[in-house]
Amino acid sequence: MKIGAPKEIVAGEARVAMTPDSALQLQKLGYDCLIEAGAGAAAGFDDAAYEAAGVGVVKTAAALWQDADIVVKVRGPEPVEVKQLKKGQTLISFFWPAQNEALLEECKAKGANVIAMDMVPRISRAQKMDALSSMANIAGYRAVVEAASNFGRFFTGQVTAAGKVPPAKVLIVGAGVAGLAAIGTSTSLGAITYAFDVRPEVAEQIESMGAGFVFLDFEEQAQDGAATGGYAAPSSPEFREKQLEKFRELAPQMDIVITTALIPGRDAPKLWLRDMVEMMKPGSVVVDLAAEKSGNCDLTVMDERVVSDNGVIVIGYTDFPSRMATQASTLYANNIRHMMTDLTPEKDGTVDHNMEDDVIRGATVTYEGEITFPPPPPKVKAIAAQKPKPKEKELTPEERKAQEFAAFKQQTKNQVTLLTIGAVALLLVGLVAPASFMQHFIVFVLSCFIGFQVIWSVSHSLHTPLMAVTNAISSIIILGALLQIGSLSWLVILLGGLSVFMAGINIFGGFLVTRRMLAMFQKS
Amino acid sequence: MDYGFSTAAYVVAAVLFILSLGGLSGQESAKRAVWYGMSGMALAVIATLIGPGSGLWFLSLVLIAGGGAIGAYVAGKVQMTEMPQLVAAMHSLVGLAAVFVGYNAYIEAANVVAMSPDELHSLTGFAAIVAHKTPVELSILRVELFLGVFIGAVTFTGSIIAFGKLAGKVTSKATKLPGGHMLNAAAAGLSILLLLAFVNGAGSWALILMTLAAFFIGCHLIMGIGGADMPVVVSMLNSYSGWAAAAIGFSLGNDLLIVTGALVGSSGAILSYIMCQAMNRSFISVILGGFGNTSGPAQEIEGEQIAIEADGVAQALKVADSVIIVPGYGMAVAQAQQAVSELTRKLRAQGKEVRFAIHPVAGRLPGHMNVLLAEAKVPYDIVLEMDEINEDFPETDVVIVIGSNDIVNPAAQEDPNSPIAGMPVLEVWKAKQVFVSKRGQGTGYSGIENPLFYKENTRMFYGDAKASVDKLLGLIN
Repeated sequence: MKIGAPKEIVAGEARVAMTPDSALQLQKLGYDCLIEAGAGAAAGFDDAAYEAAGVGVVKTAAALWQDADIVVKVRGPEPVEVKQLKKGQTLISFFWPAQNEALLEECKAKGANVIAMDMVPRISRAQKMDALSSMANIAGYRAVVEAASNFGRFFTGQVTAAGKVPPAKVLIVGAGVAGLAAIGTSTSLGAITYAFDVRPEVAEQIESMGAGFVFLDFEEQAQDGAATGGYAAPSSPEFREKQLEKFRELAPQMDIVITTALIPGRDAPKLWLRDMVEMMKPGSVVVDLAAEKSGNCDLTVMDERVVSDNGVIVIGYTDFPSRMATQASTLYANNIRHMMTDLTPEKDGTVDHNMEDDVIRGATVTYEGEITFPPPPPKVKAIAAQKPKPKEKELTPEERKAQEFAAFKQQTKNQVTLLTIGAVALLLVGLVAPASFMQHFIVFVLSCFIGFQVIWSVSHSLHTPLMAVTNAISSIIILGALLQIGSLSWLVILLGGLSVFMAGINIFGGFLVTRRMLAMFQKS
Repeated sequence: MDYGFSTAAYVVAAVLFILSLGGLSGQESAKRAVWYGMSGMALAVIATLIGPGSGLWFLSLVLIAGGGAIGAYVAGKVQMTEMPQLVAAMHSLVGLAAVFVGYNAYIEAANVVAMSPDELHSLTGFAAIVAHKTPVELSILRVELFLGVFIGAVTFTGSIIAFGKLAGKVTSKATKLPGGHMLNAAAAGLSILLLLAFVNGAGSWALILMTLAAFFIGCHLIMGIGGADMPVVVSMLNSYSGWAAAAIGFSLGNDLLIVTGALVGSSGAILSYIMCQAMNRSFISVILGGFGNTSGPAQEIEGEQIAIEADGVAQALKVADSVIIVPGYGMAVAQAQQAVSELTRKLRAQGKEVRFAIHPVAGRLPGHMNVLLAEAKVPYDIVLEMDEINEDFPETDVVIVIGSNDIVNPAAQEDPNSPIAGMPVLEVWKAKQVFVSKRGQGTGYSGIENPLFYKENTRMFYGDAKASVDKLLGLIN
């Protein structure tokens, strides 16, 4: 079967759904690859590179749509493109089926099978084809770069001969994939980074990326990310008030604010209000990654850079991934390639559209003339349900003292009990046993004591040599045999002789092997 | 020469033995310590030969030399991966020797009692000691030698089975006769009855019957314990061989035997205790075999095991700054330690920090991994214990798990229903990336699924450990 990637026809879209690299991988799956002439040019892949990778370059889009059994795209199909869909053709692209019902109907009417890359369920197995995450990752990175290019100062603090430069302070709202990527980029540029999210469980991820978690002391905030497939859900009015209050407190200090808060299927929540922008210093930058969904910031204008009255720059671009077309195309093409891998279990170049598979089922929006959106809930939950974590209480010094004292008392009690029992047992033995036995017994008990004390200090790494050497030493039983071998009875001599022999093996074997082992331990 | 001299020699020997064990606290002092042990033993044997044990001294010397030749040959030839077998085999020898010496003591005691006063004075060696005993002391003697023989017999067959399991000659699965531990309990009960009979004057039949019962216990008990619990079993048998020597020491009235037996006995007991702690299981549960009952269904594991090829691992190693290698029994089975050492050397030459994390029960013998790595010339100061290294995993770029499973299983911490819940484990999953070298997709010895293999930062590097590491070596330059 043939996979074809047409040139994106939406104005300003620089990405392409197939790269020379991904084409090589697709060919390994048994497919022939086609590309429309000039499709990769804006992303930095020229036709020659595709040809070198064994991809057929097709002159026109019409010819490609005609020729390909599977069409891969970045943006959802435009009306012109829908017209060219054939029955039984597979289309893989972003689609946003919930917002594009008319488009969905048209595709169904055409009899095409459409796989929406934005509908890939969020389960671990499908991460490799999660195009939303790869694009969000790029958006997060690019947001910081855009902010930096619009910001008139360094991100990192410096002390130079010409004077001291304070580090920039960056606040990132929403720690999803984009937010985390932004945190990573911002901290690696040297800025002091703070991040906020309504899901308390991401605090750990935020801190692991090197940012400070903006903590909101609010009882009700225990949202469980698992219930919403790992995305944030709308919060209560009280919570929102508390949140805005916190933002107002932070606004005057922040040089850069990057908002990434999105709630699936809704307009983005307004989190960075006009008065907060007014509180910020002139020259500060707000980058709104939610601009497509009307924005997190009051001042955001979609696809534009506006400057507020007090000189704060508000950026509302929506094409961050396309601004890094080479990187975005590489990742997107890989996502597509992984999707094809799952669609081609036999690696024989034919699509096995398995509607039983959670991932394929979830992403398919039309199949064999039926609309298959929305999909049934996946069998595997995206994220394991949160277990309530028991919080460890901070102990006051008194409590700690009391605890230590209790532990000490317990220890003393244990020791005293053991000693008492031991002493009583000894006394009881002493009552019945003759003196000669007691002499040996004392030796025995003391040796056990010494043994316990000595062995505890043996290094763990020397446990094997310890076993070997104790083995050799336990052949001290040879003394018993030696004492007896001078007997008059032949049986005793025989048994004694055998014992001496065996103990001899053990003594030499044990000590020599220990020595051999110990000689191997070398310091670097 | 009278006994004063040999007693003095014994005191010196005992001190040397204690120093020899104490010296094992560090790698360098250990090299000296083993010489203490040897001189102690030589001193003890020589003092006995020229003192109280001078009868037939020439035969004794020949036998020691003969046994010594075999011992030296074996010690020089044994592979380090075969250490667990060797140790088990040597335990069985001590056990059998204890049985024989116990029998001898009984025969001698019986002979002496039957002798006339004139003959008594002409006795030497052990017989002379027996001759001076009162009736009460004689019955205590009987208890002591009965115990010595019992422990020795259990050690003997137990060690043979352990040897067979470790050498792969006996199935390493836990197997029991129908009746299970009831049979062991019955045999033990029988032994107690026989002890009572023996003390009250029963003849040699009681001793022999008890020996058979003890043979059975040793055999059946160890058969019922699985392969991965062998560290506990071997150290337990080590302990037993010591107690057997001590019990014989009592019956012979020899303090050096008592001291040494007690030292070895407590050493083995502590080792067993450490091993049990490392598995978060009680000694009893290990000995009785099998894991404790689970209190509920195991947590479901989500995701899939993602395989990776050698070039992917090599790529990751190239960009990593810090690497931790977690070896397990699989490394010993595949004899991969040399390849692993070579890998370590190459990575260190590139300026990367490479360390090893050793779980106390990794392998089939306490400290087994350390010896294998030492053999492959991995410097011991980069080989760290679990407690020393567990906190460093979050700052580690790459962890390579070679042939271990349960000791890196996060279920021990995350799933309260897991059979290994609460067992201390190496927290490898906290590292940035984990590669698991493993033969196939099966579960480990315990049959517990390992959620580590399904984690996002884990990649499965399937194949024989040695072949896999060799492949890696070719790619890292």
